[in-house]
Amino acid sequence: MSAQVADLAGLTINEIRNGLKGRSFSAVELARSAVEFAEAENTKTNAFLTFSAERALEAAERVDRKIAAGEDPGPLAGVPLAVKDVIVTKGLRTTCGSKLLERYVPPYDATAVIRLEQAGAVIIGKTNCDEFAMGSSNENSAYGPVRNPAALDRVPGGSSGGSAAAVAQGTAVVALGSDTGGSIRQPASFCGVVGVTPTYGRVSRYGLVAFASSLDHIGPFGRTVKDAALVLQTIAGRDECDATSAFAPVPDYIAQLDGNVARMKIGVPREYFEGLTSESGELIRRGIATLELLGCEVREISLPTTKYAVPAYYIICTAEASSNLARYDGVRYTTRAEAETLSDMYRKTRGAAFGAECKRRIMLGTYVLSHGYYDAYYLKAQRVRALIAEDFRKAFAEVDAIVTPVSPFPAFKLGEKLDDPLEMYLSDIYTITGDLAGIPCMSVPCGKTAAGLPVGMQILTRHFDETGMFRLADAFEKAGGFTGSN
Amino acid sequence: MKITEQEVRYVAGLANLSLTDQEIARLSRDLDEILTHIDTLNELDTSNVQPMAQVLYDAGETATLREDRERATLGNAAALANAPAAGAGYYKVPRVIER
Repeated sequence: MSAQVADLAGLTINEIRNGLKGRSFSAVELARSAVEFAEAENTKTNAFLTFSAERALEAAERVDRKIAAGEDPGPLAGVPLAVKDVIVTKGLRTTCGSKLLERYVPPYDATAVIRLEQAGAVIIGKTNCDEFAMGSSNENSAYGPVRNPAALDRVPGGSSGGSAAAVAQGTAVVALGSDTGGSIRQPASFCGVVGVTPTYGRVSRYGLVAFASSLDHIGPFGRTVKDAALVLQTIAGRDECDATSAFAPVPDYIAQLDGNVARMKIGVPREYFEGLTSESGELIRRGIATLELLGCEVREISLPTTKYAVPAYYIICTAEASSNLARYDGVRYTTRAEAETLSDMYRKTRGAAFGAECKRRIMLGTYVLSHGYYDAYYLKAQRVRALIAEDFRKAFAEVDAIVTPVSPFPAFKLGEKLDDPLEMYLSDIYTITGDLAGIPCMSVPCGKTAAGLPVGMQILTRHFDETGMFRLADAFEKAGGFTGSN
Repeated sequence: MKITEQEVRYVAGLANLSLTDQEIARLSRDLDEILTHIDTLNELDTSNVQPMAQVLYDAGETATLREDRERATLGNAAALANAPAAGAGYYKVPRVIER
């Protein structure tokens, strides 16, 4: 088995398909190796909170039976998949990175999980994350931080840090994450993998534990653009269990990965590069030069409302979070602090079980929604959100895609930014605009700093134009964007 | 000062969150800093801008309606399986009426 285990870290979906077809390994053999490998490697990164060996073997057996019977085992047959622990899995513990849900075993599966397993994917475990997806470093998990596989003394980014780390480390081939304000793209950039936030509504949120409902997305991680696109292909599309899921048809993303990006118009927003003197900025500028070599027409554009995105975002997301997290009151979800009266039980349960960042956001959200403040804060933020969306609408009348940094800096050291919540919030500046506008956006690896830390380039396109986004990212990856300066 | 400790205690009451004195002090500082930053939004004139409540709605207003089909529900046992305290098919909570 050890030969397979060694190979596992670099496998792509296509290689797994060929391996199964050529009978080089069975799905059960692969699943067994994948879980063993992930368990052994987890001591380094703490990327997984729960392993699901039994469920993985059952899924793999179904794949092997189909292959033996000559049936199509599905486009993701046998593919080891990690699922962020804010996405519910029937019978498999789902903690949301919170002490409050330490023993929560969901009675149903998220729609994305159902679709992936129907396509043959094999869930090997649930990944660590910031508590209820609130954070940019994965240090807000009640189960300890995740370490970045590229540098173990650094954060993997957040909040989907465990999913990004698992894919980077090679313990999962692909993973699901969630993104409300950069929680897929930022960890993807910090760990050097591909991370995709699709159009709002492109993927059903049914079974995604709600953080900020008007901003929440499920999206994939992969080591290649193609693998991430294959996962999105499977999970995208209307679901009647989520009224906000989109009716728009899902095109064949893979068929469009033709490398033809000549004369594609790329916008580079000046507001995203002002004062960006870091090594990350230099790598992104080099990435843009690569796009020009591929024949893209690069022009400067302006997204003038950018500087107001962080304050608008932290009003909207905390307001919605304070409502969504009201359900954790000690009645239904496993954890309760004993008290004489009902209202005391609510207060004590929540006070004892939520971590510092959740409390901070519940408090800010409750404050901005409290009597007399609604117009000044929430309504004001929604108006600013409209301006940010309008910035993008105008820009996309001129260009086909927008290219920016994902983060002003690469992965920082554990503990480095923990004491300054505002500074941590401000570091989300490049990613939250895409969530506010609801447009598709992704991080694609764009080289490494001199110290060997990965840097990701962000690509944003029009609503539902994941196709154009993937085409550009794939062409960039094939042109060597992956290794960049190396 | 955007927010006082007294206001922080009031908001914690609204949020049903018991906080230690230490947490109150820390949150007063943090919220004050964040709310001061949020004030930059007032630089923007938004009087003629419609608030954006949802990202997009790409279908007619009846499109989300579906046929009323019978479907198996979760069932009482599964629904209560995660309850900290349950009995006779219900969630159990401490005394509600306070004397």
